[in-house]
Amino acid sequence: MPEKSASNLVAEPLSPPKIRSPRRPAGTLYRGNEGMWSWVLHRITGVAIYFFLLVHILDTALVRVSPEAYNAVIDTYKTPIMGLGEIALVAAIGFHALNGLRIILIDFWAFGAKHQRVLFWIVIAIWLVLLAGFIPRQLMHVFGG
Amino acid sequence: MSLIEAPRTPTRGRRTGGINWEKWGWIYMRASGVVLIVLIFGHLFVNLVAGEGVKAIDFAFVGGKLADPFWIVWDGLMLWLALLHGANGMRTLVNDYAINPKVRKVLLIGIAASTAILIILGTLVITTFDPCPAGANPALLPSFCEAL
Repeated sequence: MPEKSASNLVAEPLSPPKIRSPRRPAGTLYRGNEGMWSWVLHRITGVAIYFFLLVHILDTALVRVSPEAYNAVIDTYKTPIMGLGEIALVAAIGFHALNGLRIILIDFWAFGAKHQRVLFWIVIAIWLVLLAGFIPRQLMHVFGG
Repeated sequence: MSLIEAPRTPTRGRRTGGINWEKWGWIYMRASGVVLIVLIFGHLFVNLVAGEGVKAIDFAFVGGKLADPFWIVWDGLMLWLALLHGANGMRTLVNDYAINPKVRKVLLIGIAASTAILIILGTLVITTFDPCPAGANPALLPSFCEAL
């Protein structure tokens, strides 16, 4: 293989240059980068929050049925698994909220559009701070005596 | 063969005049989003972070909150703004991904119907709610019900 390549090197200037198209689009600003992944996460968290909202309206409506019915359902929200689910919910809402603010900054502010990548990492940083505050508190509430 | 594939979102008839609902939907997502950040993080703080967190929530807790007009307005705004925001977001996804026009129509009707039903249900619940229902076990009710 190395020998052949070496001979090709000599012959190359004579053959017409070949332009090979990349297998996938390369060098785009958007694809595979912060812009795309923030969009993907915004959609996934949005759908997840939406379906939780539908269930949450129905479970809260039980206050109109009877105290016993409401308490029976809301007690399931206090189990360890649902306690972890609430962490996932707050994580999803936190990302959707912060990235939503990023979208608004991009839409209405030239600086925001120009620096959307930095804004994405600022969103992630604030999101991590938010979770660093919430997760220990929630674990104490759910698993602490 | 055209160089660029046609987008998967099906083309619909061009709008001629009238109210630009897509524009107002776009504005609504941003305006309601900002208000919802305040409402939902306030809701999460009061219900999950403050005091004993999620373990404090029961009928008496909700009854105590909804006896106060402040929380009726808060929860009512949250219900309307969040559900319409979510439904409009789901409409966007259906328009993007439902290629079959019949499937798309069924999904959009489903979203509209569930949104209407839940908004009516939720509004009725928080406006007609009685924190001290007659004949209920007093141990499960907010403490102020004893005075009645």
